[in-house]
Amino acid sequence: MSKKPAASSARSAISGSLKERDKRTLSKLVELATEVATNAYKGREPKIDIPTRAKSNTNWNKKRGILEMGDATSERPLFDLKTAKQFMQTLLHASTIKDLIAAEKTSSLRGVFYKAKHTVAGTKENTFDAQDESDPILEDLEVTLGALREELHIFAENRGSMVGNITITDKGDDIDCRRMGSGGYALPSIVEPDVIQFKKCEAKFVLHVEKGTVWNRFNEDRFWEKNNCILTHGAGQPPRGCRRLLQRLNQELKLPIICVLDCDPWGHYIYSVIKQGSISLAFESSRLAIPEAKFLGIRAKDYEECELGDAVKIDLTDNDIKRANEILAYPWFAENKQWQKEIAGLLRNGFKMEVEAMITKDISYVTEEYVPQRLKDKDWLD
Amino acid sequence: MSDAALLEADSSASSKTKAMSKAPRATAESMAARQRDISVSEFFAKNRHLLGFDNPRKALLTTVKEAVDNSLDACEEAGILPDITVIIEDLQPDRGREAKQSRYRVSVVDNGPGIVRKQVENIFGRLLYGSKFHRLKMSRGQQGIGISAAGMYGLITTGKPMVIHTKPKANQPAHHIELAMNTKTNRAEVTEDSETKDFPPERFLKLTSGTRELGDKGEFLSQDVYVTGTSVSIELEGRYQKGRGSVDEFLELTAIANPHARITFVPPSKASEEEEDVPLLKRGKPTAAPTDAGEAQGDAPKPAQPEVTTETGGVILHPRAVEELPPETKEIMPHPRGIELGILLQMLKEAEIEKPGYTLYNFLQDKFSRVSSASAGQFCEKIGKTSRTKVADIDHATAEKLFKELQDSKLPPPPTDCLAPIGVQQLLKGMFKGVRAEFYAASSREAAVYRGRPFLIESAIAFGGELPGDEPARVIRFANRVPLLFQQSACSSFRAVSETNWRNYDLQQPRGAVPVGALVIMLHMASVWVPFTSESKEAIADYDEIRKEMKLALMECGRKLGSYLNKRLKMRREAERRDIFERYIGEIAKACGELTGEDPKKLYEVLQAQAKKRTAIADLKLDEEGKKVEDPADQEGVIVVESAMSSIASPGAGRGLEANARDADAPPMKMSKAEKAALAVAARAKETDEKTQPRLIDTGESKAKKPKPEAKAKPDAKPSKGDSKPSKSDAKPASKSEVKNEKTDKGGSKPRMRYVNGKLVPVDDPKLF
Repeated sequence: MSKKPAASSARSAISGSLKERDKRTLSKLVELATEVATNAYKGREPKIDIPTRAKSNTNWNKKRGILEMGDATSERPLFDLKTAKQFMQTLLHASTIKDLIAAEKTSSLRGVFYKAKHTVAGTKENTFDAQDESDPILEDLEVTLGALREELHIFAENRGSMVGNITITDKGDDIDCRRMGSGGYALPSIVEPDVIQFKKCEAKFVLHVEKGTVWNRFNEDRFWEKNNCILTHGAGQPPRGCRRLLQRLNQELKLPIICVLDCDPWGHYIYSVIKQGSISLAFESSRLAIPEAKFLGIRAKDYEECELGDAVKIDLTDNDIKRANEILAYPWFAENKQWQKEIAGLLRNGFKMEVEAMITKDISYVTEEYVPQRLKDKDWLD
Repeated sequence: MSDAALLEADSSASSKTKAMSKAPRATAESMAARQRDISVSEFFAKNRHLLGFDNPRKALLTTVKEAVDNSLDACEEAGILPDITVIIEDLQPDRGREAKQSRYRVSVVDNGPGIVRKQVENIFGRLLYGSKFHRLKMSRGQQGIGISAAGMYGLITTGKPMVIHTKPKANQPAHHIELAMNTKTNRAEVTEDSETKDFPPERFLKLTSGTRELGDKGEFLSQDVYVTGTSVSIELEGRYQKGRGSVDEFLELTAIANPHARITFVPPSKASEEEEDVPLLKRGKPTAAPTDAGEAQGDAPKPAQPEVTTETGGVILHPRAVEELPPETKEIMPHPRGIELGILLQMLKEAEIEKPGYTLYNFLQDKFSRVSSASAGQFCEKIGKTSRTKVADIDHATAEKLFKELQDSKLPPPPTDCLAPIGVQQLLKGMFKGVRAEFYAASSREAAVYRGRPFLIESAIAFGGELPGDEPARVIRFANRVPLLFQQSACSSFRAVSETNWRNYDLQQPRGAVPVGALVIMLHMASVWVPFTSESKEAIADYDEIRKEMKLALMECGRKLGSYLNKRLKMRREAERRDIFERYIGEIAKACGELTGEDPKKLYEVLQAQAKKRTAIADLKLDEEGKKVEDPADQEGVIVVESAMSSIASPGAGRGLEANARDADAPPMKMSKAEKAALAVAARAKETDEKTQPRLIDTGESKAKKPKPEAKAKPDAKPSKGDSKPSKSDAKPASKSEVKNEKTDKGGSKPRMRYVNGKLVPVDDPKLF
C-alpha cells in the first residue's frame, strides 16, 4: 500500500494500480478454492485455516505501540457440524467477491449479504439468515486472504463527520472542509489514497470527539476556526474509515490527534482502539492505529478541578467497574502509570462523566474554556 | 407327591362337609356307613377348576394345551421333529348369536411315535397315570393328569367318548379306539376298537378351503410327514374366542418356545366376537405361495417353508424355524438339599421294600445325586451310624437327624445335563417367527439350583417394529417350553420383569411396574420340576434363586437392547449429519467451480463420497452389526431387522425428489416388510452360521431359500436399497441345490453339532435323525 500522498497521481494511474491490486486479490480467491478442491480430490478433508481474531491471538507490540495479530489460526473443516455451514458461507462470499471484482463494482456489507443469500438447493434453509452471520465471514475472508476490505470491494456505511481547515479530493472532487455547513463531511468507509487525497491543509492538529452531539457543539462554536484544527467524530467506537483517515492525517500530514472522550471505561477503550488498535481488527492495526494519539479529557480529576456540580455524576455500574478493571489489566495499559492512575481515579470517584455534562457550567464551557485551556497546558494523557 | 397329599386333605374335607349338612344328628355309625373311598377321577370331576377347566373358554384351551404338550413331549422323546396339527370344529355353527358357548370337537394330530395298543386306555382313560410323575426329568407334562382330564371333561359335558387314532408302526395299520372314562373306577371303557388305514384321518383334509388348498400342496397332514403318530379327538362344550388366553395365543407362544416344531392350526369357522385380536403377534400374508409353487416343482418332496407364521384360507401355519431337536435330557436323582423330611421317610421305606437289607451307605449313593462314597460315609458317621447300618434300622429320630445333615451338607450342586435350554439362536428364531419387531435379543443363563433342583432361565426380547409403543411391555412366560397364559401377576417372572431396572436401557418404566414401550419380553424356565403355584400350571412360584436368575437373564437382554438403541441413536445422528453435509456440498461445489472455473459436478461427487464415508455409521448394515462392536461376545444372540435400520439411515423428510420417490414406494415396502426382515435374518444367520460357528445344522440350508422368492416376488423393490441385495440373491440359487445335496449326502457321516448353552457340542445320538 502506498503510504505517500497520491494527490498528484492521475486517474488512469489509479485505475491501473487498481487492476494490479484486484488481480492479486483474485488470485488469492482462486487459490482458496483450488486448495479446497485439491484436498477433496486427494481424499483429504477440505478445510480453511482462518487466523484467530480473539484476545488470545492478539499481541501487544510495545516497541511499535500497537496491537498485532498472532500466528494462531483456527481450522474450519467442512465435515464438522459446527463449521459446515460457515465453510459453505466462506466459499459463497469468496465467489461473491470475485463477481464484484470482475464487475469492478463495490458493494455494501448488506449488499454482499443479499447477493450471497439464497435458499440451499432442495431445502428451505437460507445460506445466510441475517447480516450478522455474513459480516464476520467477510472479516474471516479479509484475514484469511490477507486482503483489506476495500480490496474485496466491500464498504461499510458512512459514519463520522469532519470539518476544519483542510481541503481534500474525494474521487476527483475537491472538498473544502471549511464549508461543510452544520453537518460536516461524512466520512466514507474507504479513505485510501486512491479515493481520497489531501489537497491542502492548514490545520495544526485534529480534535477527535466521541460522538455527533459533542461534535455539533464544537462545530457550532466554530472551534476548528478559532483553534486552526480539524474536528472529527466517529459516532462512538470509530469505524475503520474514520480511524484510517485519522491515521493518514497523523502520518502523512504529521498532525497530532487529540481526543475528547467521556470519562468512563467505554471512553477509555475508544481511545485505546484509536491509539493501539482493536482486538478484532488487530490484523489492520498497522494501518489504523495511531500510537501518538492523546487523551485530553474528560479526566477523573475534572470533577474537583473544574468545580463541577453533582449533576454531572453518573454512578458506575457493576459492569462499568468490571470493564474498568479489565482495561486496567490490558498490557498496553498496565505499563502506563498515568493511565493506571487515571482509571484508579475513576474507580475511586465511583461515577462517570460525559463530555456533554460540561454544559452544567456553561453551554460553551467545553469549547471555549475547558479544551483550549488543556491544550494550552498540554494537559493530556499519552 | 404334594398333589397326592393335597388330594387326600381335600377329599376328606369335602366328605366331612357332606356328612355334616345331610345328617345333622348322625351317629358315628351312620356316618361311617356313608364314608367311602373317593376316586381321583371323581374328585377332579367335581373340582375341575383345579385342572384348568373353570369355564368353557378355558376348558377349550386346556384341552388343546394338554394334547399339544403330550404330542411335543412324545415327539421329542422319540427324536422326531414335531409336526402338530390342531383342528377345532364347531359342531353347532347355527347357534344363536347370543350363545355363550358351543359344542366343539378338538382334534390334535401329531407325527410322534404313536402308542402301543395296550397302553391306550391307561394313557387316555386314567387320571394320574403317566411316565413323567415319578422321575426328575425336564418335560412339559408332570403329573399325568392332563389329557385324560380333558377327555373326562368332554365326557361330562357332551357324553361323547374320546376318539383316538394311533399308529405306532409305519408299515402297519393304525388303531382306532373310542373310549369313555368311568369316573367311579378311574378306568377307561372302550366302546370301539378296530384297525384302520385312515391315518392321518382323511376327513380333516376336506374340512375347509384352507385345508384343501394346503392339502393339495402336501403341506397339511401329509402322509410323508405323519408316518407314525397319534390323533386325539375330544368333543366338549367350550367357547372359542380370540385374544388373551386363547387357543390362538397359546399356539403362537408355543411356536415361539418350540422353534423346532411345525404347528398348523385350523380354527373353527366362527368365533365369539367380543374381544379383538391381540395385535402383538404377526401373521404374514401367504405372499410366498405362488413362488413356492414354482419352487416346489424343482425340489419336490418338501416345499419351501416361510420363516414367519402365515395364514392360508383361515389355516394358520407356524412353520419350523430350526431343523434340530432340543438336546435329549437325562433323568436325575433328587439332590439331598432338595428333599423334605416326609419324602426322605418315604424313600427309606421304599428302599427297604425294593431291596431288603439295603444299607444306608448304599442308599445315599444310589438314590441321591452328587453323594459320593466318601460323603455317604460322612453322613453315616455324623448321625452316629456306620456304613453297614441298614435302612430298616433307621428310626424316625435318626431319619430326622439325617435329614438335617443332608440339608446342611456342602455337596456340589445337582448335575445340569438334565436341562435342555431352547438356546439363544433358537430363541431368536422363535421370537422372530412370532413377533414383528425390529430388534431381537436373547440370552440363555447357565443352570442354577433352587431347593436342590437344577433349573435354567432363558430370556428374549423383541423391540420396536410394529409393536404398540405406548403400552406396557407384554410379558410372555414359559415353563419347560409350555406357555403360561394366566395369573401373570402371581408369577415369579412377572416380578422379575418389574424389578429389573429397564430405565438403564433407555426404556420408560413406571415405578415397580413392567416397562412401557414397543417391547415383548419372553422368559423361559427349564427345570426338572417347575414349582407351579397350582395344579393348573399357570404361574411359577416366587423363589429368590429363580427370580434372581430371571433378572440376570433380563439384564443381559436389556444390555443388548440398550446398546442397540444407543447405536440406533448414533446412526440417526450420523444420518442427520450426513444430511447437513450433503445439503451444503452442492453450494460449495458451485462456489468453488465459479472461482476456479472447473466443472462443479466432479467436485460435488468427490465431496459427496467423502461425506458418505465420514458418516459411514449411518450405513451400518445388519451384517456388520456383530463386527462393529468392541466385544463380539456381547452381541451374540441379536437380530436386527434391516428394513428398520435403513429407514433410519435415510431420513430427510420433505426433501424434494427423493422423499417423493420414497412416499410412492411406501405401500410395496410395507407389504414386503416381513420378506425384507426374513432376508435380513438370512444374511445374519448366514454370517454367523458360516463364519463364526462351524456349522449350525441346517439353518444355512433353510435360510438359503429365502432370498430367491424375495427377489422374484418383488420386482418393484426399492431400487436405491437393492444395490447390495441382488448380488446376494443371485448367488443363492446356484448354491442352494449344492447345500441341499451336501446335507443329504453327509447327513450320516458328518458329526452333527448342536448349539447348547452357547457352545457347540457334537450330537452322537443317531436316532435323533
